[in-house]
Amino acid sequence: MEYNWDWSVLFQVPYFGWLISGIQWTLLVAGCAWVIAFLLGSLIGVSRTLRNPILRGIGAVYVEVFRGIPLLVQLFIWYFVVPELLPQDAGMWVKRELPQPEFTTAVICLGTYTAARVAEQVRSGLQSLSGDLSNAGRAIGLTERQNYLHIRLPVAYRIILPPLTSEFLTTFKNSSLALTIGVLELTAQSRQIENYTFHGFEAFTAATVIYLVITLSVVAIMRGVDRYLRIPTNAGGSS
Amino acid sequence: MRFNRLQIGFLTVALAMIPLGNAFAQYSSQVLARIAEDGVINVGHRESSVPFAYIGDDGEPIGFSIDLCLNIVEAVEDEIGMDVEINWVAVNPQTRIPLMANGTIDLECGSTTNKLSRQEQVDYAYTTFITGTKILTKRDSGINSVDDLAGKAIALAQGTTNERAIKAAIEQRNISDVSIQSVRDHSEGFLALETDRVDAYSTDDVLLFGLIDKARNPDDYAVVGEFLSYDPYALMVPKDDSDYRLLVNRTLVGLFSSGEFHEIYDKWFEPLSIPMSSMLQTAVDTQTFPE
Repeated sequence: MEYNWDWSVLFQVPYFGWLISGIQWTLLVAGCAWVIAFLLGSLIGVSRTLRNPILRGIGAVYVEVFRGIPLLVQLFIWYFVVPELLPQDAGMWVKRELPQPEFTTAVICLGTYTAARVAEQVRSGLQSLSGDLSNAGRAIGLTERQNYLHIRLPVAYRIILPPLTSEFLTTFKNSSLALTIGVLELTAQSRQIENYTFHGFEAFTAATVIYLVITLSVVAIMRGVDRYLRIPTNAGGSS
Repeated sequence: MRFNRLQIGFLTVALAMIPLGNAFAQYSSQVLARIAEDGVINVGHRESSVPFAYIGDDGEPIGFSIDLCLNIVEAVEDEIGMDVEINWVAVNPQTRIPLMANGTIDLECGSTTNKLSRQEQVDYAYTTFITGTKILTKRDSGINSVDDLAGKAIALAQGTTNERAIKAAIEQRNISDVSIQSVRDHSEGFLALETDRVDAYSTDDVLLFGLIDKARNPDDYAVVGEFLSYDPYALMVPKDDSDYRLLVNRTLVGLFSSGEFHEIYDKWFEPLSIPMSSMLQTAVDTQTFPE
C-alpha cells in the first residue's frame, strides 16, 4: 500500500478544531435523541402493557413501523419527504425557517427510531414483574397511574438497565448516519479532514478512538448507576 | 547420485514452477502483475456524474470517462496478453481517494479534478476534460452570480473542490448570511434544489448541465455566474507505478491522435449541447506527445 502517514494533521489548525466540533455535535445529537427516545419509548412501552386495546394497538403499530424501517431510509424520509407532505407554507417553514434543520431532523429521526427499541425493553421489563407487585400497590390504594409511576416503572427500569445501556451506546454510533443529511458530527468531520488533507486513515483512526472513548465512558458510568440502583435480592438483573 | 521416484517428482514440480515465477516477474508494474495474476481489473466509477460516469438504464456504468476506461482496459489486455474481467466498484467523492490509495481500485473513471494535494496520495493520467465551478439555480430565484447568494441557501457536496471554491469565494467577497447545506452527492444536491430546500447548488459547470438534462422540468433551471475555479479532470491511477501510468497515458495519446477522443467526446457531450472548449482542444493538442 502506497500511503504517506502523517499524524500531525490531526493537531493542526483548523483540523483539530473540526474534530472537537464533531465530538460536540455527536454528543448533542445522541444526547437529545436519547431524551426523546427514553421519554417516548417509556410511554409507548407502557401503552403496550395497558388493557385499553386502542392504546395497545397504537403502541404495537409504532414499534413495528419505526423498528422495521432502516434508519438511513427514515432519515431520508424525515428530511426530504415529510416537508413535501406538509401544507406548502408549513413545508417551506420546515425547509427554510426551522433552526438548524439538519440537526433537528436528525434528533427527531434518531429519537423516534430508538424510542421503538426502548419501548420493547420497557414493555418486557414491565411484563417480567410479578402480579403481586401491582396487587400490593392496589392494596395500599394506589391508582393504576400511581402504580405505574411509583412501583412498576421504577422496578422495571432497574431490571432493564443493562439492555438500555447498549441501546444508549447504539444511539451514539447511529448518530454518525446524520452526516448523510449534512450534520457535521464526528464522522462527517473526519471525512472533511480527509477531503482537505487526503489523510483519511489518520482522521478515521482518530474518530475510531474517540468513539471508543465515548462509549467506554458511557459503559463505565452506566455500570456505576447499575451498581447503585441494583435491587438487593435481584443481583443478576433478572427475577 | 540416485533419486527415488518421490524425489524426482518434487524436482519436476520445482523445475516446472521456475517459468511460472518468471511469468509474473516480467512486469515491473505492481498493478499489471496483480491484474495478470487475478485476471481482474478493479475499476472505480461514479454513479451520478452525468455524462462522465453514471448508471445507465440497464444498471451498468456508462459515460465519457467510462468509454475512455474501456479503451484502457483493452490496452491492459493487449499488454498482458489475456482477457481480463472488469470488476466495477462504485465510488463517491469521499471514498475515491482512500480506495485508490489502499489499492482497492486500479483505475478511477469519474469526474475527478487533478490537484497537487491529491497527488500526495494518488497519481493522475493526462487531462481529459477542463471545467470550473459555477452555480445552478432556478430561473426565478434572482441569483445571477455568487454575490447574489447573500441571504440565500446553497447546497454543496461534501468533499468536492467546488465546496471549497464556493466557501472561499464567499469569504473573499465578504458575502453575508449565506446558509450552506452539506449534501452527499450531486443527485441529493439537486433534490434539495428541486424541493426548494436551497436556492442554489454548485458543482462543475458541465455536471450542472448534466443535472439539468436529467431534470423533470429542464427549463426551470439555469447555470449562472463566472467560473469560480479551474478544474482539470483526469483519470486517477495508483501512486508510484509509472509503468502502469505510462500504459494509461499512451492509450490516451493514441485516442487523442487518432481522433477517437473527439468521437467519444461528441457521443456524450453533443446531446447536452456542450461543444469542446478551445481550452480542452489546446490541452488535447499539447498532450499528444510523439511516440
